[in-house]
Amino acid sequence: MISSSFDAIIPMLCVALAGLVVLLAEAFRGRDEKMPIGGLAIIGLVGAGAASILLWNRNATSFGVVTADNFSLFVNLVLIGVGILTVMFSSQTIERDGIPAGEYYAVMLFGIVGMMLMGQATDLLVIFLALETMSLAVYVLTGIRREQQQSTEAAFKYFLLGAFASSFFLYGVAFLYGVTGSTSLDRIGTVIAAQSMSGNPMILLGVGLLIVGFAFKVAAVPFHMWSPDAYEGAPAVVTGFMSTGVKAAAVAAFVRVFLSSLEPMITDWAPVLWLIAAATMVLGTVVGVAQTSLKRMLAYSSIAHGGYLLAGLVAGNDVGKAAILFYLAAYALTNLGAFGVIALLGTRERANDDLRDYAGLFKSHPALAVLMTFFLLSLGGFPPTAGFIAKWYVFSAAIGSGYYGLAIIGVLSSVVSVFFYLRIVVMMFMTDRDARPVPAPITTVAYAGLVLSLAGVLYLGVLPTAVIDFAQASISTIF
Amino acid sequence: MLALIPLLPFAGFLVNATMGRRLPKTVTGGLASAVMVVSFLIAVTQVWALAAMPPESRQVNQVLFTWITAGDFSLDLAFRLDALSAVMILVITGIGSLIHIYSTAYMSHETDADFGRFFSYLNLFCFFMLMLVLGSNVLVMFVGWEGVGLCSYLLIGFYYEKQAAADAAKKAFVVNRIGDFAFILGALLLVVTFNSLDFTTIALAAKAMPVEVTFGTLSLITLLLFVGATGKSAQIPLYVWLPDAMEGPTPVSALIHAATMVTAGVYMIGRNAVLFEHAPITLGIVAVVGAATALMAGTIGLVQNDIKRVLAYSTVSQLGYMFLAMGMGAFGAGIFHLMTHAFFKACLFLGSGAVIHALHGEQDIRKMGGLKKHIPVTYWTFVIASVAIAGVPGLAGFFSKDEILFETFLHGHQILWGVGVLTSLLTATYMFRLVHLTFHGDERFGAVADGHDAHGHAPQHLSTPAPEHLSTPAPQHSHGVHLHDAPAPMAFALIVLAIGSILAGYVGVPHALGGHNNLGAWLEPAFQATNCGQPVATGELAGIALEDCLPGEEAGVEDHAALELSLMAVSSLVAFAGIGLASFLWLKRKDIPAQMATQFAGVHKLLLNKYYVDEVYDATIVQPIKVVSQEGLWRGFDVKIVDGAVNGAGYFVSGVSIVLRLLQNGSVKTYAASIFAGAVVILAFYLWR
Repeated sequence: MISSSFDAIIPMLCVALAGLVVLLAEAFRGRDEKMPIGGLAIIGLVGAGAASILLWNRNATSFGVVTADNFSLFVNLVLIGVGILTVMFSSQTIERDGIPAGEYYAVMLFGIVGMMLMGQATDLLVIFLALETMSLAVYVLTGIRREQQQSTEAAFKYFLLGAFASSFFLYGVAFLYGVTGSTSLDRIGTVIAAQSMSGNPMILLGVGLLIVGFAFKVAAVPFHMWSPDAYEGAPAVVTGFMSTGVKAAAVAAFVRVFLSSLEPMITDWAPVLWLIAAATMVLGTVVGVAQTSLKRMLAYSSIAHGGYLLAGLVAGNDVGKAAILFYLAAYALTNLGAFGVIALLGTRERANDDLRDYAGLFKSHPALAVLMTFFLLSLGGFPPTAGFIAKWYVFSAAIGSGYYGLAIIGVLSSVVSVFFYLRIVVMMFMTDRDARPVPAPITTVAYAGLVLSLAGVLYLGVLPTAVIDFAQASISTIF
Repeated sequence: MLALIPLLPFAGFLVNATMGRRLPKTVTGGLASAVMVVSFLIAVTQVWALAAMPPESRQVNQVLFTWITAGDFSLDLAFRLDALSAVMILVITGIGSLIHIYSTAYMSHETDADFGRFFSYLNLFCFFMLMLVLGSNVLVMFVGWEGVGLCSYLLIGFYYEKQAAADAAKKAFVVNRIGDFAFILGALLLVVTFNSLDFTTIALAAKAMPVEVTFGTLSLITLLLFVGATGKSAQIPLYVWLPDAMEGPTPVSALIHAATMVTAGVYMIGRNAVLFEHAPITLGIVAVVGAATALMAGTIGLVQNDIKRVLAYSTVSQLGYMFLAMGMGAFGAGIFHLMTHAFFKACLFLGSGAVIHALHGEQDIRKMGGLKKHIPVTYWTFVIASVAIAGVPGLAGFFSKDEILFETFLHGHQILWGVGVLTSLLTATYMFRLVHLTFHGDERFGAVADGHDAHGHAPQHLSTPAPEHLSTPAPQHSHGVHLHDAPAPMAFALIVLAIGSILAGYVGVPHALGGHNNLGAWLEPAFQATNCGQPVATGELAGIALEDCLPGEEAGVEDHAALELSLMAVSSLVAFAGIGLASFLWLKRKDIPAQMATQFAGVHKLLLNKYYVDEVYDATIVQPIKVVSQEGLWRGFDVKIVDGAVNGAGYFVSGVSIVLRLLQNGSVKTYAASIFAGAVVILAFYLWR
């Protein structure tokens, strides 16, 4: 069982190494010396991406608890994309906000390591380890602007609640271990399949507690309450990072646990997740309509998107699994782009994330307004953008499994959600405003990041076939 | 080549959107118009080539690329030209070109930037509209469907400084989302049922299925699609956005809210004719909704005082006619009316634009009158189009309207036929009320605030008492001032459309009048599943003379010829009656409308306030949603559920201050409690189910 191969962890090693190098670079940096620290991070991430591509179809495993199957490699690539774009946006914002580059990038890279491990782990304890690695990094990033009270408060809340939710998760692991005698997903799966356990209250408790733990990280209702506060308090780039990276990693682990080892019990957990998914989609959307802060609005929007992802999980069929992967990619590109624009429009003193701050943006920053419009349309699921294909795919998966109600709720909430996305567009194009805090001119790198996101959004919307094929190939190997 | 038809306007959009603000108006407007004209010419050659094919195989496909493949499901981004989409692209590019040309003059007072913005939206709209009608599957159609909605939204809100325009845009958007919701569900259900979204594949599969006598899957799908159509095409219950949409620039009203976009729902039903034919229950609903909308909008149109609103309600009403035809299964007749309507309604809207242009923004017909001699081109084109829409024999509206009424009667729906005829009477009446109040009678456009104009007539004869309108200062020009008629580009568009309003009907002269209903025969294969193209029984000659019915041409036709002729006689009489009534009431005895308004004050008020539908919607739907969203779910559920659960009722009453306090103090505790409660519920579910 135990294999000494290190192959499967090479992508993580690349990123972790980059994190260490970044720390060292910061340590040796002179007081006012300029150093392209972000570049180091990108090198590490690109290396990890190359490693992930080279590992494709090889099903490498390390130590019996980490796998590099195609599913996790797909997630890795999404996470690497998230990382690269975040670094590109950060290059401008951290200097503006006076955040020390070394700490910031190192913590972010370590967070990505945790996220990658979430997708690659095949043992509940390792998943827990990954969850904590990821979460600790994100807590720190949330509060990285220590001089800002809101930021610190958000980080602290997030930390407390995260610890609380982690204990549920750990408790669930304990129950499953108690019944099956193992924390390995394979082993748990075989035991559950072998002895029809679905009536066993212990295992049901275990499953229920795992749902709580994962649902917290995905920010699903009613475990979502931390996310609007944390998203609003964190610097906008970090919000983009956690609303995509954390969600992708958590969903990946969620899918792996529930659709591999717990698949025999699908009739037990699907109804609960059905309800959570439906509530998440509805609440994220309806409450999002009432927001006036853009960051908070998009926080609720990303809650709703978590709901759509869960709908794919509930569907549980092959289309659903591939749909989730596609959705993760589409959502990551779109949401990062949107938060990128928000971040770039902020100033050190003020986040400029009120809806009114976007009045007349088209007049003052036409390019940013157009980019933002595409991202918002994609979030709302307008064709022909990535968001449309992703939603279409998820809903057809739900209908394919007979979950008509869930699909109807999904379509309805996505229809309503367009209302608040379009509100922002209206603000940008159809209103005027004279006085506006002028943000610093936007650097080429940051612009390139936005254009890259847009290219991805349009590519996935107009020519999605290649990525859909890729997603389907990714799920074929494991489940 | 086919793809060029939509792509040219798209190219125009790209240029004007990126560089429009820096280019002079002649370049932006000229480019936007030029791409439309070229697109029209390409469309003509394409349709010409199509017509050269044998009728059963009239279809040109162009696959751009495979859009989505997922398992055994595959979808192309593909265009398809057939008899039906041929009619649509000619209407869109042809009338679209004219309206672009018209707009170069109409919008010339805007700044360069706004001018460029306007034309980029207009080009983008045409791109999406062409995509909608050329798409070979539901999803490509949906791209166009959403796209035109977006452009419509942007264009209604074009004058966004005006609060009314912004509100109207929002309303159009929200109402259309309801329709889109149903449309998407219908599309998803199509995938489940047929595992395909290609129109031909669906039609062939549906053909093999039994006609659903009881409500089944096909009925559900078609009903959902129809709800989508009621949104886009402004039918009951989702018509409320269209009258408000008149806040947009007038060329937009002509192009989007009369000639093209609002007919998308009619087109969609025609596109899925086989599907709808297998769902007679839905067809019945379509017919009844169409007839009811036609009548209701017609009655409202009778009392409105804004020149564009009268036309807007007229559009809603005429769209109802089209749906009535579709509901009868007379798809050809519906599309025929769609086409003729595009001509005369575009002409009317553009004419109203010329009036508004001449009067520097005045839209209230009570402040017009006597414009005939000042703006003759506008007057004559407007009158021709009005005669056409009223259904006077020989003009476009007569043929298409009669085909619908005839089909309705033939299918045994005398009541719906009666509704149609009544609407026809209303149409003729409100159109000539509009003509008389605008162009004939006294010149009221210089009227002063106290209500006495230069000719000494107090405007008591006006049909509506609305003091707030009368007391507003009148436009600053007197009778001596020469009003400018439409400048050349506007006059050109008006004249071409007026000619179209006369001639467009002759492509579908019924057999009863010695014609061959060429359009009907042309369209027929498009409403069948393609592999069963029926033999077409008509010759190539276009019979344009109003001759007696040719004896023994077709057995089935002759049987109904007498009936059709008598029905025609009835509706011709009705048209003349309506015109006569309007002339009597608003030219000869101007006191009667005012008397009637006071005598039937309740009815009048009801009509003037559009049956209070907006108010009812606001009270029953809009406000509750607002409350649920803001008070219930966010402040209520999300902020204070767990703490507040104990004495929730108290919290609901005590309002915002407590909410804010809760936000400040106990949030971490509250959030943790929410997590805990959620966990308890899940676990309890597992342990005690």
